[in-house]
Amino acid sequence: MALLELRNLTRRFGSLTAVDNVSLSIEAGEFFTLLGPSGCGKTTILRMIAGFDLPDAGEILLDGKNIAATPPEERPLHTVFQSYALFPHLSVADNVAFPLKMSKVSAEETRRRVAEMLDTVHLSDKADAFPHELSGGQKQRVALARGLVNKPRLLLLDEPLGALDHKLREEMQIELINLQRTVGVTFVFVTHSQPEALALSHRIAVMNEGHIEQLGTPAHIYGQPVNRFVADFIGDINLMNAQVEAPGETSVHLAVAGLGRIVAPAPSGVKPGQSGAFAIRPEQVQIGAEDELANLANRFTGTLRDFLYVGDVTTYKVELANGTIIRALLPNTSSGGRARFLEMGDSVTVAWPAEAGMFLHE
Amino acid sequence: MNKERLTRWLTFGPPFIFMVVFFVLPAFIMVAASFRFPGEYGGLAPMFENGTWQFTLETYRFFFSDFIYTEIFLKSFFIAGLTTLICIALAYPLALLITRVPKRFRDVMVLLVVLPFASNFLIRVYAWMIILGPQSAFSTAVNSVVTAFGFEPVPLLFSPFAVIVGMVYVHLPFMVLPLYTNLEKHDPILLDAAQDLGANAWQRFWKVTWPLSLPGVYAGSALVFIPVLGMFAVPDILGGTGDILIGNLIKEQFLGTRDWPFGSTLSIMLTLAVLAIAALAMRYSRKSLSHA
Repeated sequence: MALLELRNLTRRFGSLTAVDNVSLSIEAGEFFTLLGPSGCGKTTILRMIAGFDLPDAGEILLDGKNIAATPPEERPLHTVFQSYALFPHLSVADNVAFPLKMSKVSAEETRRRVAEMLDTVHLSDKADAFPHELSGGQKQRVALARGLVNKPRLLLLDEPLGALDHKLREEMQIELINLQRTVGVTFVFVTHSQPEALALSHRIAVMNEGHIEQLGTPAHIYGQPVNRFVADFIGDINLMNAQVEAPGETSVHLAVAGLGRIVAPAPSGVKPGQSGAFAIRPEQVQIGAEDELANLANRFTGTLRDFLYVGDVTTYKVELANGTIIRALLPNTSSGGRARFLEMGDSVTVAWPAEAGMFLHE
Repeated sequence: MNKERLTRWLTFGPPFIFMVVFFVLPAFIMVAASFRFPGEYGGLAPMFENGTWQFTLETYRFFFSDFIYTEIFLKSFFIAGLTTLICIALAYPLALLITRVPKRFRDVMVLLVVLPFASNFLIRVYAWMIILGPQSAFSTAVNSVVTAFGFEPVPLLFSPFAVIVGMVYVHLPFMVLPLYTNLEKHDPILLDAAQDLGANAWQRFWKVTWPLSLPGVYAGSALVFIPVLGMFAVPDILGGTGDILIGNLIKEQFLGTRDWPFGSTLSIMLTLAVLAIAALAMRYSRKSLSHA
């Protein structure tokens, strides 16, 4: 049985349907992420699971029991808020002890578990400090410790890394993964940041306008997006309108706007004439001289218009003769800077094999 | 260097001079007056007469020789403490309510709290004479209940009860405003967090709202307790003959018996008592709030 199950969950605010008939189930021990742009309904779902908001229709089942009538304070789950919401008048230890005191755990047991939890989040030396004396990352860890100390069935995390700077955020991502593995508590994580979702989650539900667009593992979501929205929202991608010409066994011929005829892997159940989109990740596109890439099925020549060097990789923007832009991403493996010293205005070839890219249904 | 000194003087000079002229000097005059002899027709006897300085500890001896003065002090502190507690009990729910109503009603409600200041203080206290008077609807209603239970009707006016009512009424806004200012700054997400971590409504109040509001409670208490101690108009108007407080006693020395040195002594004793309480309160609040 799933730990948490949402059945046909719906929430309306006036004429706006914030959450539209969402169903999903989360297994015990999972790191589950609700990912989507702001206003997609992910936070509303989290608030309904926590009990701060009530669904207009549908059910929330925890261990198979409907918790609709249970007030937030009696639900066996905790929330880590984006602003941490630490109690400013309590020390770190007292903040962490708060949920234990509320559930009338003995003083001795409380001390033991607080010490243990602070040790887990590496804050033992800050037990007597007050929230205003802590850095952002430390506050974050106190909030996590407080949410985990009485072993909830579920920990809800509402964009908990949103307030941290880039470097710290990456550190905290690794800590979060380790922490979740150590304590074994199921995490439901809400974020609008797709790299964060990909890095942290066992499974991701990509949300848009109140419903789930796709639910799957990070590799699944990234590698096989089911539609334009997911393909476009997760990572960088070249996306062009396309029409199916001749579907075959393993490959399909597509007429792509701005490219012409290409060969792509055959998706299941396409008919000739069907329209949709052709999508290919920049890292699947190779860039070089015409003769180097002669063995690749899809080749186009164009002019290098722009490149973005970000250290580990460089993204090249190539403009084809008809104005179509194709982006290609190359790792900068040589120590001397960019992978290829192409200059603006150079004539180059972009190419990819028949197995790369995908056709997306409308 | 010179410029730095000038800046320092321009910054600290005016407030320093202000404090000397309006606080240190008067306090010093009062202390000096308490050691002098009263003049024959009020005021003070000359300080230097017949070739000797005329100073005495007589007023202090007098203060401690009769327990009645200590008793009035204790009674005044009791009344001030009780008034403060009643003000907290009445002001807290009101201040909390103001923070919870929609923003556009908040300013109106705060305005209503301070609106009584627009009319004269004495007129408002006299109004209570009418409300508590024997012929008033309020008195009639109270006494009809009292007699229904078989007791003698009670006079409401000119009683300790009337003094407390008047004191609470006059000082309530001074409790509401600091409390509201404090409560308004509380982040509502803290209550969500507390609830999420298992706190029920009662626990959310006592574990989060109340401790965070203590600075407001202390500020309001100081603004109520200290003025009540010195207040003489309310006991004069609403109290009976036995209800005089320190304020009345001091006023009497200057305007009635015209014993300025003793009036000064009483004022000094009051100031010392208030300072002692303030010091104690500061020590306590610093211990509990050094981190808030």
